[in-house]
Amino acid sequence: MSAPEAVELEVFRYRPERSDEPEMERYEIPFRPDWTVLDGLNHVKEELDGTLSYRWSCRMGVCGSCGLEVDGEPVLSCAAYLEDHLPGPIRVGPLRGFPVIRDLVGDISDFVAKLERVKPWIIGEGEGAGAGRGGGAAPDGAPDGAPDPGEPHRQTPAELAEYDQYSHCINCLLCYAACPIHELAPGFLGPAAIALAQRYNLDSRDRGAEDRRVVLAARDGVWPCTFVGECSSVCPKGVDPAGAIQRYKVTAARQWFSALVSGGER
Amino acid sequence: MIRGREPLAWGLFAAGGTVAAFLLPAVAFVVLIALPLGWTGEGARGALGAWADGAGHLLGRLALTVVLPLLFFHAAHRIRYTLYDGLQLHHLERLIAAATYGLATVMSGVALVVVWFLGPGGGG
Repeated sequence: MSAPEAVELEVFRYRPERSDEPEMERYEIPFRPDWTVLDGLNHVKEELDGTLSYRWSCRMGVCGSCGLEVDGEPVLSCAAYLEDHLPGPIRVGPLRGFPVIRDLVGDISDFVAKLERVKPWIIGEGEGAGAGRGGGAAPDGAPDGAPDPGEPHRQTPAELAEYDQYSHCINCLLCYAACPIHELAPGFLGPAAIALAQRYNLDSRDRGAEDRRVVLAARDGVWPCTFVGECSSVCPKGVDPAGAIQRYKVTAARQWFSALVSGGER
Repeated sequence: MIRGREPLAWGLFAAGGTVAAFLLPAVAFVVLIALPLGWTGEGARGALGAWADGAGHLLGRLALTVVLPLLFFHAAHRIRYTLYDGLQLHHLERLIAAATYGLATVMSGVALVVVWFLGPGGGG
C-alpha cells in the first residue's frame, strides 16, 4: 500500500464550558511513517487547534502519561504509529472507566487513592502495623534478610526476580481501561494497584504484607477479578497484573484456610 | 480481618477448576474415543461397566466425594460472577450468592447420597 499524504484523526472532544455533551472532531494531519498518534495530536495542538487537551511527557514509553484509546484499544499514544492505523480516520479517545475532565484528560484521582491504600513502598522492619506479629520478623542483625538500619539491603538475583516484572509498572492505567470489571465494580482495587502491591509484597526487604493484606484480601481487593486477562494483554511494559492478582488470590486463600485450621484471625 | 467468605468461595472455585482441567481430558478420552471404539468391552455392559466399576469401587467413591462437590462449587462461583458482571445484577448480591452456593450445596448432598447409597455398589 502506498503511503497516503494525509490521514484523519477523529478526536474525542469534551469542553464543559461549551456543551455538556462530548463530540468527535476531525482533523486532517500530514501522514509520516515515523509519526505516532501522539505526534499527530501535537501537530493538531500546534498547527490546527490549540484548545485540544491531553497528557503527555516523555514520548518514549517511560512516563505513562499519554495512555489513550486509539481505534478502541488502550495504548500509549507515543507507541501507537499512525502507519498501523491506516487508512483512518483514526479514532482517538480518553481511557475508558475514568471520568473525563476535558477532551482526552481523565480524572485519575480514584486510582491514586487506591494506589495509596496498598502502601506501594518498602515497609521496613518494625514499621508496619504487622510489626512484631510474626511474618519473618527477625531480631536486629539476624542474617535472614532483615538488615540492620544503616546496612545495605542486600538482595540476590533470585530475590530480585521475584518482584522485578511488577516494578516495571509506569501507572499508565491502560490495564484499568482494558479491565471490564473496573467499569462494572468501581470499588475494585484494580490491576496496577494490585500488581504494585505484589511488587512490594514479594520484595525480600519488605515487611508490609500484613498491612497490605487488609486491603488486598478485602471484598473489593482481589476478589472481583474474574481473570479476563486483558490487563496483561494491553500492558506496554510486560507486567502481568492478571498473574499478580491470581497469585495473591492463592496467597489470601491459603492464609484464610490456615487461619481456619489454626483458629487464628481470618 | 478478612470479611466475608470470599477466600473460601474462591478456594473451592480454584480447586474445582484445577480438578476439572485434569479430569476433562480423561473423561473426553473415555466418552469420545474409548467407549465408541469398544475398548472398554462389548455391549451396554461393556460401555457402562467401566463407569460402574469405577464408581462402585471404594477408591472411586472417595474420589467422587471430593471431586463432585468441587465441580459444583466451581460452577456456582462462575455462575455467580456471570450474573454479577455479565447481567449486571450486583444489587442482588446476597440472593445470587445464596442461590448459587446453596444449589451447589444441595447438589453436592444429592451427589454424595447417590455415590454412597444409591449408585453402583452403594447401599452395602
